[in-house]
Amino acid sequence: MMRAAAVPSTRPRARLSPARRLKNLLMGALILLATLLVVAPLILIFVYLLREGLGALNLDFFTRTPAPEGEAGGGLLNAITGSLEMLAMASVIGVLVGVAGGIFLAEYPRHPLMPTVRMLSDVLAGIPAIVMGLVAYGLIVLKFGFSGLAGALALGFLMIPIVVRTTEEVLKLVPLSVREAGLSLGLPRWVVILRIVLPAAAGGIVTGVMLALARVAGEAAPLLFTAFGNSGVNFDPTKPMSALPLEIYRGATSAYDENQRLAKAGALLLITLIFVTSLLARRVSRRK
Amino acid sequence: MSEPARRPPARAALSSGSDRVFQILILGLASVIVLVFVLSVYQLGREAWPALRTFGWHFFTGRTWNPVGGTFGAASMIAGTLVTSLAALVISVPLAVASALFVAEYAPKWLANPVGYLIELLAAVPSVVYGLWALFVIAPVLGRWQTAYFLDPTNLPTITRCNNLWAEGQTSLQCFFVPTGAGGRGLALAVIILTVMILPYTASVARDVIRLVPQDQREAMYALGATKWEVISRAVLPYARAGILGGVILALGRALGETLAVAMVIGDSQEMIRSLWGNASTLASVIANQFGDAQEALHRSSVVALGLSLFVLSVAVNFAARWIIARLTPKGIQ
Repeated sequence: MMRAAAVPSTRPRARLSPARRLKNLLMGALILLATLLVVAPLILIFVYLLREGLGALNLDFFTRTPAPEGEAGGGLLNAITGSLEMLAMASVIGVLVGVAGGIFLAEYPRHPLMPTVRMLSDVLAGIPAIVMGLVAYGLIVLKFGFSGLAGALALGFLMIPIVVRTTEEVLKLVPLSVREAGLSLGLPRWVVILRIVLPAAAGGIVTGVMLALARVAGEAAPLLFTAFGNSGVNFDPTKPMSALPLEIYRGATSAYDENQRLAKAGALLLITLIFVTSLLARRVSRRK
Repeated sequence: MSEPARRPPARAALSSGSDRVFQILILGLASVIVLVFVLSVYQLGREAWPALRTFGWHFFTGRTWNPVGGTFGAASMIAGTLVTSLAALVISVPLAVASALFVAEYAPKWLANPVGYLIELLAAVPSVVYGLWALFVIAPVLGRWQTAYFLDPTNLPTITRCNNLWAEGQTSLQCFFVPTGAGGRGLALAVIILTVMILPYTASVARDVIRLVPQDQREAMYALGATKWEVISRAVLPYARAGILGGVILALGRALGETLAVAMVIGDSQEMIRSLWGNASTLASVIANQFGDAQEALHRSSVVALGLSLFVLSVAVNFAARWIIARLTPKGIQ
């Protein structure tokens, strides 16, 4: 930002007392130090996972399921497929409801229900993920047992507020004149919204969906007693399913070296995917 | 074109039918948001009811959490949640504000963007990954320090005195900082990891409000011959104060609900906290650790009641944050 550059260089520097100059320098140094402290954990975690997990990211990791407790070998194919399946199912709920919610808030601001929807989507954003797990447990698991569907429902609920927020914001960035132009051509409002406003805001909406996916892809807490985990590959959404964060949790708290090694490799894969997704989301939104 | 063409708004009338269908569709999907909230309250309330009816207010004040004996009081978990969250908040706020100042005021643009982005990535690291790192990297370091403390003979009188106090069920402030276990797990590690986890929330809100402080605020101070720090401390921070406070409370909401990282490192003890280094638990960590194994109806209901408490707490904190941001932010910053 270089704000100091805007100050004329004729500033009477000489009159600055040493105490004030020292304090200025000291605070600047402290701020730099604090920033290094803030960023350090990220770098430390990434380097640690690279060192410990990279070796385990071999072909077996992607093509095999975990070996029995304590035995060597195996991979996390069950977790990778489970995560992908649940994220796909969660996206159906998250994108459909989230984008519709965003359209509702941005395009129907005078609807009597609008303040309620806005407030409740904010409230949902603050609800801890594990509480959503309890809710999904009560809604599905109590009646039908542990299933990938129950996990996906919890993740979908968690996606909604993020998608709503970003969709509303980008829709509001589309100039009113664009809508007016469409309406003045005699197009019905829904055509204007679906064919003109949404495409104009598509980049931002995609960003929101990607951020929401990156956020829930790392959630293990709501899956503990919904998807529950599965040591085998499962494509039946009504049966228990594994997920990367679940396997990381199990492995990290396991006493066996082999499980810990898989957990570290899984963690490396997971944060790499999340970082790449966030980076891409940024790219997409900047291009717009 | 002497006369403007006067067309009746026939097209608008024609399209109103399909518009209505679309609006109903959108409203129907958006109502799912309301439905999710209502279902959450209903589910949690219905399942928590047996426990709340059995214990009444005692559920929140009782210090005994005993699944075998069928007595459930959440006081130690409420204390654990508040102590870890508030301690993490106190440590993280200065760091977060400082990093926000660096990004918004000190760093040149080529550095500000990457650093700001790294701080945002900190928020993207999953809870389990933080937990894994804390368990494998930080816990051993703390464990070595604990062992060294116990092996140092000069600490023996303090350890004995505190052990006696604790045996009598008493606490003292000095003993709060005396290590109790070994291996590094416990309240302190949970505070450390929570601090890191909530840093980016405060930092990004603080950065945004600091960037919105009008430039003439700064220029007026510079014109008077102020140093950079004086400008920041007297013209920038006071102006951004309310927004930063809102960000702090949002971070508090995150800290209260943070689950797996804390559950993995806090040691999972349902006894009342007596030392910063002791094992403890939070509302969220007990839900994560016990809900799957809770066979007995009252135990299960009590764990859901913890979830309901967490739900109410998070909603209240979020409303407080929004209220502060809306009410106290100077005009022009919104």
